Amino acid sequence: MNTTSRGLVLDEDLLFEKSQPGRIGYSIAELDVPQVFPEGHFTRGEIADFPELSEVDVVRHYTRLSTWNYGVDSGFYPLGSCTMKYNPKVNEVAARFPGFSDIHPQTPEALNQGALKLMYCLQRDLEEVSGFPAMTLQPAAGAQGEFAGMLMIHAWHEANGQKRNKVIIPDTAHGTNPASAALCGYEVITVASDGVLSKEAVAAVMDDDVAALMVTNPNTLGLFEADIREICELVHERGGLVYADGANLNALMGISRPGDLGIDVMHFNLHKTFSTPHGGGGPGSGPVGVAEKLRPYLPVPVVVKDGDDYKLDYNLPDSIGRLKSFYGHFAILVRAYSYILSMGGEGLRRATELAVLNANYIRARLEGSYDLPNKQRSLHEVVFSEDALENDCHTLDVAKRLIDYGYHPPTIYFPLVVHGSLMIEPTETESKQAVDEFCDALLAIAEEAKVTPELLKQAPVRSKVKRLDEATAARKPKLRWGQD
Amino acid sequence: MDFPEEYKYTEDHEWVLVEEDVATIGITDFAQDQLGDIVFVELPEVGDTLEVGASFGVVESVKAVSDVYAPISGEVVEVNEALPDDPETLNNSPYEEGWMIKVKVADLSVVNELMDVAAYQEFTEKD
Repeated sequence: MNTTSRGLVLDEDLLFEKSQPGRIGYSIAELDVPQVFPEGHFTRGEIADFPELSEVDVVRHYTRLSTWNYGVDSGFYPLGSCTMKYNPKVNEVAARFPGFSDIHPQTPEALNQGALKLMYCLQRDLEEVSGFPAMTLQPAAGAQGEFAGMLMIHAWHEANGQKRNKVIIPDTAHGTNPASAALCGYEVITVASDGVLSKEAVAAVMDDDVAALMVTNPNTLGLFEADIREICELVHERGGLVYADGANLNALMGISRPGDLGIDVMHFNLHKTFSTPHGGGGPGSGPVGVAEKLRPYLPVPVVVKDGDDYKLDYNLPDSIGRLKSFYGHFAILVRAYSYILSMGGEGLRRATELAVLNANYIRARLEGSYDLPNKQRSLHEVVFSEDALENDCHTLDVAKRLIDYGYHPPTIYFPLVVHGSLMIEPTETESKQAVDEFCDALLAIAEEAKVTPELLKQAPVRSKVKRLDEATAARKPKLRWGQD
Repeated sequence: MDFPEEYKYTEDHEWVLVEEDVATIGITDFAQDQLGDIVFVELPEVGDTLEVGASFGVVESVKAVSDVYAPISGEVVEVNEALPDDPETLNNSPYEEGWMIKVKVADLSVVNELMDVAAYQEFTEKD
């Protein structure tokens, strides 16, 4: 068993509870100038109960807390839809080169050529991977990429004298898609899919009020939208555009190019597909690729090459404007470019193949013990339902029991189209041995559900904290520490 | 699972109880069971106009956020003000204390198109 927490689990109080009156972590020289008190409105009142600690108290506190963390550097992290692949350390080396880490964003372009060149080259590489002719690197993460994409779609319709107010989104799309469409003022038309989206289902709701179809490909069931080309043609014929959520690009990279399939806009998640830090370790980065017709609407500035010089071009009169201070999350772009260069074209394709192979291997090993609602061959992730679990055990119980086996649980209860989803995305990072150990754990848990279901119901028992009361935490959240 | 006889039901798992021209609307026992512990409820305001099939509120559980759809058209005449403060009422009493809104029904004939208890029971077994 791949246990995470036998033996030395450190306990740690809050900083407030460790505080000792008068204890400090610094010593400063005696005051040798006249003391002056600023006027009242420049000062604030006493901070009540501010913790008083020494340096070592603070260092130990955070170091001990860090041992409670779980990340892709500590183990398998099969969080479906999130592509929690390993982030190679060479990316960190590149991001720490002084030429990248010490530059100021206000540095004149002539002295920033290396950074601008990196952004330009990354744009060209992402264009090659995706098949789009134009790109912005600005968006802070996927959701802002979606927002940028929808704004460009709106700008294009507006320029063509069109007022369209609806966006079609299949029920297998990422949850951020309807949120982005609604944020831009569009009415969301949900389309039911039968595993994959059919041309007929889109045709039934496609009309002259539809600005765009937003589709995640492969979708959240891990299935490739096989009719995507015909669906794009249909939407285009009725004057609409197609937005693709590129969060699942890890299933296509090096094999299929969304830009070649007729898609007009797509965001990337560099923090998923291109191995930059993810979750608490971000920030993310959500570049957006667009078809030629949307190039005039890209956010400013765009990085361009002029002879041998690299420049920031602000001269896009139809631009949707600036999205992010300076040029986006530059240090993340360095990491993504480092990944692309160290993998190479063949390597990127191989990563995709192994990600798909790992997911299908898990599917094959588990489908006798877990219900698999969609029988089609999946790509980079696989979604089981809770329907085969016995003794009133549910997906949540399986997820909690996996913690006892030493694994971060998969995504659960998403997508909503599957009853009690258990959504597993292994990524290409994991070896066959690691994938087998994970499958062994899930098979053992399915057996426990039959024989000793209380082990699932009580789980986790080996973790730092046991089963949390999520309902009370959400209904009556305590958002700050207080003496009482 | 409990489905009262005199109620009408929708495929989106809302229930409707019509008394004269006012319909009381909520979510079914099946819906609350599928959602799990409900932690947040958003309701429309009195005076809002509902259109059949359009979302009128939101129910959030520890698993998911779901829209609640209007089974009928009409004007909201009363909302269950206590519900947002005690969302667990939807789990504990979906048909009584957990009612969501009361609507002055525009067209009573639409109510007859909704499922009766037998049809809904069959629907939940398939779903």
